[in-house]
Amino acid sequence: MKKFVITLAVALLASAMIFANGAKEVGGVVSTDGSTSMEKVIGSLGEAFMSNNNGVTFTYNPTGSSSGIQAVQEGRCDIGLSSRSLKDAEKANGLKETVLALDGIAIVVNPANPINELSLEQLADVYTGAIKNWKELDGADAEIVLIGREAGSGTRDGFESITNTADKCLYRQELTSTGDVIATVAQNENAIGYASLSAVKDTIKAVKIDGVVPTEESVKDGSYKVQRPFVLVTVENKALSATAQNFFDWILSAEAAPIISKAGAIPVV
Amino acid sequence: MKEKIISFIFTILGLIAVALVLVITLYLLVAGIPAIREIGLFEFLFGRTWKSTGQDPQFGILPFILTSIYGTCGAMVIGLPIGFFASVCLAKMVPARIKDLFEVLIGVLSGIPSVVYGLVGMLVLVPFIRKVFNLPDGASLFAAILVLSLMILPSVIKVSLTSLEAVPRDYEEASLALGATETETYFRITVPAAKSGIFTSIVLGIGRAIGEAMAVMMVAGNVANMPSLFSSVRFLTTAVAIEMSYSSGLQRDALFSIALVLFVFIMLINSVLSVIKKGKKDE
Repeated sequence: MKKFVITLAVALLASAMIFANGAKEVGGVVSTDGSTSMEKVIGSLGEAFMSNNNGVTFTYNPTGSSSGIQAVQEGRCDIGLSSRSLKDAEKANGLKETVLALDGIAIVVNPANPINELSLEQLADVYTGAIKNWKELDGADAEIVLIGREAGSGTRDGFESITNTADKCLYRQELTSTGDVIATVAQNENAIGYASLSAVKDTIKAVKIDGVVPTEESVKDGSYKVQRPFVLVTVENKALSATAQNFFDWILSAEAAPIISKAGAIPVV
Repeated sequence: MKEKIISFIFTILGLIAVALVLVITLYLLVAGIPAIREIGLFEFLFGRTWKSTGQDPQFGILPFILTSIYGTCGAMVIGLPIGFFASVCLAKMVPARIKDLFEVLIGVLSGIPSVVYGLVGMLVLVPFIRKVFNLPDGASLFAAILVLSLMILPSVIKVSLTSLEAVPRDYEEASLALGATETETYFRITVPAAKSGIFTSIVLGIGRAIGEAMAVMMVAGNVANMPSLFSSVRFLTTAVAIEMSYSSGLQRDALFSIALVLFVFIMLINSVLSVIKKGKKDE
């Protein structure tokens, strides 16, 4: 029994020492809530902001675009994050959108595939199984192998919402990283996949969508269709806290742009 | 005094190990049960559709359970005969120098991280299967079975080898003196005498195969289909790993429930193992 008490005391002491380090000096707080697709972008921005400003705490709650919009409306966070534009009804409720960055999704095939161009409609048909063979698109006579991402992935969510194929895609493989998608498409002539524009390499070929080559410029001018905005949502006529306003201004500045690019999105400034 | 300090330190370290097991078990139960209650046990275990992020989410894990069982059985069918005959051969039929060399190689095989198995599987095995069987895509249950077969070999061979070598030489000499050939002796005398060790190796192999996540994630395609040999499938382990990073709400809870189911499977395998070991002691 005595031994046990001593053991317990040592354990408590040890844990007290560990947790004591977790306490932070109190500074301003920036809370964000919303789109899981924006995790990488807002996460790296938040980290950079915290290391530039001592004592500031940045939080991000990955709940999804609609929940984030609701959270900012109800005042549960400073800035809502949405990976779609606000609906008119939401704007009518006094919400304001500011585009932080654009997310371009490249549709990639094997370089040996003769297909160079697809329409957005054909793309949706391919992924929902209405078109099953490349020869229906004037390609080789071979079954189309659909490569996608896992449920919950931001790229998958983006792709499916843009092509209107949510829950309808008949994937042959669901992979957990952009790199895996590219490696798989690179070694299978009949595969098609989607990946963040920033990840496109020479081992694969990004196809034109509705005649437009996916590049940073064509995403920015809006001619490349498979894209979506990363939006910061705030309440109109309601001032942010000083810290939150600092954060808001900083992430929209040219200084933050390289961080956004590095996280795989296209900054608008 | 010195004795006391040492025994005190050892007691603490021992308690930490025990406490960790208890904490993990407790955590899995606490985290895993709510989703099962919400979804319904029958619906959860026998539902055929997994659509965790759909408009109308469905959480049926029968495809994962069956895939894990088929995958493990498949790996046993291919891996066990190879492992068994290899260990008999190494224990009895080859010169000591070759045996030593092979033991080192098997040690290397067991030390290779599973992500490397997965990578080689993804870049070599999957395209190979696609070409040989003329499939649109090679990522399949079959690819996963081949990778798992290879991964269970070291544990099967090592344990079988040790138990085969532990059989007293007298048994074999008696058999040989009665006129049996060497091969007859090894398979009729040595193997039956080592059978509990060989069973242990089989159970260890099953445990290794059912618990593997990384390597199968890279070669199995990961779509929640009901399993068939050349279709894309998702295992229990990969079902947890693949969605965990972005999950939330009921989806996340359901992933913990899958982990709980996997935990129960592995506990069953471990209890079989301890029953075998107990039987061995009684002999």
